[in-house]
Amino acid sequence: MSALLPPSQRNWFKQPIDKMEWLWIGLAFVWGMILFFMMIYWHINGKQNLSNETYKSTREMYSAKAEKWVAENTVRKETEREIPVVKAKPGEDVYLIARLWEWWPIVEMEKGQTYRVHLYSMDYNHGFSLQPTNINIQVVPGYEHVVKMTPNQAGTFAIVCNEFCGIGHHSMLGRIYVK
Amino acid sequence: MAQDDNTAQGDNDIPLMQKILDNHFLLLFLGVTIPAVLYTVWGIVDIMSIPLAK
Amino acid sequence: MSETTYRICPRSGMQFDTKAEKLMRWNAVAGVLALLVGGIMALGVILTRWPSVKLLDAETFYLVLTAHGVDMLLVWIIFFEMAVLYFTSSTLLRCRLATPGWAWVQFWLMAIGAVIGNVAILSGNSSVMFTSYAPMQASHWFYLGIILFAVGALIGCFVFMGTLVVAQRDKTYEGSIPLVTFGALTACIIAIFTLLQGAAILVPTWLWSLGVVKEIDALAYRMMWWGLGHSSQQINVAAHVAVWYLIAGVVLGAKPLSEKVSRMAYFMYILFLQLASAHHLLSDPGMSSEWKVLNTSYFMYFAVMASMIHGFTVPGAIEAAQRKKGFTNGMFEWLRKAPWGNPVFSGMFISLVSFGFIGGITGVVLGTEQLNMLMHNTFYVPGHFHATVVSGTTLAFMSLTYLLIPILFKREIAFPKMAQAQPFVFGGSMAVLTVVMMGAGTLGVSRRHWDMAFSGAPFQYEWPGAAYLMMGMTGFFGVLACIGGAMFLIVTVGSLLIGKKLDDGQISATCTPHPKGSVSDRATAHGDAEHVAVPGTVALAMLLLATFVLYYFVNWKYLSEVWGLS
Ligand SMILES: [Cu+2]
Repeated sequence: MSALLPPSQRNWFKQPIDKMEWLWIGLAFVWGMILFFMMIYWHINGKQNLSNETYKSTREMYSAKAEKWVAENTVRKETEREIPVVKAKPGEDVYLIARLWEWWPIVEMEKGQTYRVHLYSMDYNHGFSLQPTNINIQVVPGYEHVVKMTPNQAGTFAIVCNEFCGIGHHSMLGRIYVK
Repeated sequence: MAQDDNTAQGDNDIPLMQKILDNHFLLLFLGVTIPAVLYTVWGIVDIMSIPLAK
Repeated sequence: MSETTYRICPRSGMQFDTKAEKLMRWNAVAGVLALLVGGIMALGVILTRWPSVKLLDAETFYLVLTAHGVDMLLVWIIFFEMAVLYFTSSTLLRCRLATPGWAWVQFWLMAIGAVIGNVAILSGNSSVMFTSYAPMQASHWFYLGIILFAVGALIGCFVFMGTLVVAQRDKTYEGSIPLVTFGALTACIIAIFTLLQGAAILVPTWLWSLGVVKEIDALAYRMMWWGLGHSSQQINVAAHVAVWYLIAGVVLGAKPLSEKVSRMAYFMYILFLQLASAHHLLSDPGMSSEWKVLNTSYFMYFAVMASMIHGFTVPGAIEAAQRKKGFTNGMFEWLRKAPWGNPVFSGMFISLVSFGFIGGITGVVLGTEQLNMLMHNTFYVPGHFHATVVSGTTLAFMSLTYLLIPILFKREIAFPKMAQAQPFVFGGSMAVLTVVMMGAGTLGVSRRHWDMAFSGAPFQYEWPGAAYLMMGMTGFFGVLACIGGAMFLIVTVGSLLIGKKLDDGQISATCTPHPKGSVSDRATAHGDAEHVAVPGTVALAMLLLATFVLYYFVNWKYLSEVWGLS
């Protein structure tokens, strides 16, 4: 009966380890190293890495920049809220504002071009969830995050806020057109 | 925290690693310091070194 | 130090310090009460996210979701863990509990903190979610409640550490503490880091809510808060792995394949498990990639390796024990003929498999720096952590409760048939639920979101039809899981109220050693199992690894197809 056990060994550390157990430990170790170096490999060779370019900023500083850019590049207005649709220039800056409860303005981009997209929240934490592509980035108030984005498909994309930001959270939706 | 005095014979053969695993307060020290340095302190350094926007 | 007495349980041979045993009972009951409140909230959450039901209005939904998070992730689990800490120290080491007076301070601080926190949430001005990200502000009572709760828990951890010292000084055990107690020590160490980290951020936040501190930096808050929010779930991992070892030992007489391997795996937890708090900041601005990579990987995945080791040695120990009993036919007779009718065992084994195959694999994928962008803040995240914290921890704790009802509460289990079915209903529906939640998340559906139809938005976005299907299934299996949870509550509360009383056993004034061959001996003896080949476990482990590799690289493939980001 297994209930009647041999006396405990004081020095358990020198007990030999079974072959199969060693094998599993070895596999687990090797797999862990693959997991680790895969992230580093992707930093070197992958095309999807989250930018580290971040600045501390203030509401006033950021909205001045963003509003100037919107005023200079608006091509039309949409919806009954008259949201400006701004044509972004390839290779240049795009300024997006997250606030209760909208992603502002609407942006037009071109497929295959790269843009420096600035993300900034005016109040609480918000989420930048690009759908249906499904890229999700946290937007933290006080921090201006510059992410270089290269759309690889044409179409209409939604920016869903996926960080809880109060009672109107579910109506916080933005839009990007890619031509 | 030495606990070598609590068991009679054979304790001299006990490998160092087993002694470390039996030293609960050493484990506590390691388990609090390592994440405090790698996660918390390094994290604060990262946040403090973010430049101001132009 | 006031004197205490010791009760020897006639059913298990376990010795309970009379003062400690009362504390275990009160902490466990408080935890189960929180589970009841959190479970009612769960029903509200699930019935609102079920698109064709959509029960609650937005305001109530966010309130209920906040309460669900706090009551389940903190109150239920940490109360129960306090009972586990006292059990694994004073009972398994057969000694008195250090400073029972302080242990009562632990209990009351946590109880008062939990009540204050709940009242603050239910009164409607603290619907800030469990995470309460500044600068969104809750009522100052909300922060105070959590601070009191955390301080109480911290005291409980020190009572546990003190009890280890008492046992060592009184020589109630020889050599090393039992593996199960070592696992509890791991949980306790992680808890101490967690609670210190929590105090470091919640105290300033509380002062901010009172107007004393002017500003809380939003990013620093997230970084510090996750040291509490994520590490507290790592306490659970260490604790429920200890519960697996305990139940395997008690029910089947299983001994670890190798003490050294199991303890070294716990040692990796002690050193690195807490680092995974970074999982929540992988898609944040401002944290460097070096910090993200090193922390998210638990320092080069050593804690993942440790989990894979536990995932091998626990079933391996069970297989070895079963084979020694003569269940040697084929690869899996040991598993087929396991005591599936005993909810203590079935719950534990379902917890093990769900945690490994669903919670573990998805956790690593979610915690990979770049892959995180595919899932951050989507419904995938709660899908993943319900597989770890609910299927893994909660189900393991439910199994332990079934074990403790006769031993600690001295009652026969009421409604044994319901108890037998409960792990299958709860574990089964939870397994499907977590998978469909993650399916919806893979399609982009947001977590913490009242209306996936975006009512009131200036324009529309239509989710793929499959997302609605997954959310419908989430609703259905979520309700089923709530029923499974209710069955647990009915069995537990029923047993405590109307279960047949069992005799107390002898009371003595001094500590006694473990009776040879008793349940308590099986739970604490150390030394390796005699060598028995465990081919079934090897096969299961290889299946796990193959699933893991496949799923991991499928996600890299998805990532390579999205917009370029740099
Ligand atoms: Cu928002």
